[in-house]
Amino acid sequence: MSVVISLELRDISKSFGARDIFSGINAKTGPGCLVVTGRNGSGKSTLLRIIAGLIAPTTGEVVLSLDGQQVPSERRRDVIGMVSPDLALYDELSALENLRFFARVRGICRTDDQLRSSLAQLGLEGREDDRIASYSSGMKQRVKYAFALMHQPPVLLFDEPSTNLDEEGIRAADSIITEHRRQGIVVLATNDQSELRYGDNVLELGGS
Amino acid sequence: MKAKTSSEPGIIEMLARSIAVLRKDLVCEFRTRYAINAIVLFAVTTLIAVSFSVGGAGISQPIQATLLWIIIYFSALSGLSRAFVKEEESRTATALKLAASPGAVFGGKLLFNILLLFMLEVVIVPLFVGMMSLQVKGWLLFVMVLVTGSIGLAVAATIVAAIVSKANAKGALFAVLSFPLLLPVLITGIHGTQAAISSSVFMSGIDDLKLLVSYTGVMFVVSLLVFRFIWED
Repeated sequence: MSVVISLELRDISKSFGARDIFSGINAKTGPGCLVVTGRNGSGKSTLLRIIAGLIAPTTGEVVLSLDGQQVPSERRRDVIGMVSPDLALYDELSALENLRFFARVRGICRTDDQLRSSLAQLGLEGREDDRIASYSSGMKQRVKYAFALMHQPPVLLFDEPSTNLDEEGIRAADSIITEHRRQGIVVLATNDQSELRYGDNVLELGGS
Repeated sequence: MKAKTSSEPGIIEMLARSIAVLRKDLVCEFRTRYAINAIVLFAVTTLIAVSFSVGGAGISQPIQATLLWIIIYFSALSGLSRAFVKEEESRTATALKLAASPGAVFGGKLLFNILLLFMLEVVIVPLFVGMMSLQVKGWLLFVMVLVTGSIGLAVAATIVAAIVSKANAKGALFAVLSFPLLLPVLITGIHGTQAAISSSVFMSGIDDLKLLVSYTGVMFVVSLLVFRFIWED
């Protein structure tokens, strides 16, 4: 089923105490990829966290619409998936237990076979029952992709998506981004020039 | 691609999601035993120190009741903040915020803290009764005061833990913020326990029980209302 989706950033600004991170951010996108770029400290990750509803902007608003209906901020978690270095999964649990737990708290029904299959697609076949603590950083990054995709969200937020990934992992991430931007919205924060190719729109943050 | 946002979950669904958070916390806890070890070791060490100091001195019932609640209170302070502090320190809070509703998170963390306190009491109360030669005349009142007092303590400790989890000096802040909030539970719990020790009449402690239930109810409702704003920054 195709969905009409749009994401609009209206005059977003963010300050931490007296320090202004950015101000006057305006952007609007439909299906496709919005690349957010800018030097270190320019607020790329902060902007993604604002879009995800994890932190509130100092001024302005994020308007996310599905089929012409605005998604309330408290329901944004249902339509957004996120991969970020700031996000960690539970080291004490296996990859499968992590996904099982997140499916339960999201209230979605996923069988173990489905979860194993999603992990296998990301190259983690045979390691699903190992605790995350025993994973390499690249393997942890792959599980984050499975976490972000498990509820099939129309909006995906990727902060430095190829961090820690080997070539095979980068190919898997590339395929996810390329596939998803055809139907939904991908917002990608990066400093990697090669990832600018994904951008249907590019938003450059100025830094401080 | 999912087309619609799901509607707000009902009470049963919210409870099921809270239980999922509780199960996850229990599995993580039993694989690391951080909070359980901290709470039980603190409680047992304190109990042994107290019993060697005053155990044979024939201390009065009010002091026995006070000592029991002081051990429970400080043991709780040593472990209950972990519910949220661990999520922030291990950066799993972001994933939890992205996936779970605030109500489910608060419910799960609260149930976890209640269970942790009950586990503590299962260990510490029989030891206390034995080592301090505690003579309880009203066992039903004694157990009910302990149960309601523990739930009240867990509710207040859970919301304070959520508040302090983003701060730098978490341990000190948890103790400082918890004390005024938990003082009513502590005083009423001590008073109710004294009544249970000194009288076999259940009604002798009914006012304390009512106060504990009221405190817990009010604290639970207020916590549920404010938790979203604390949790979602």
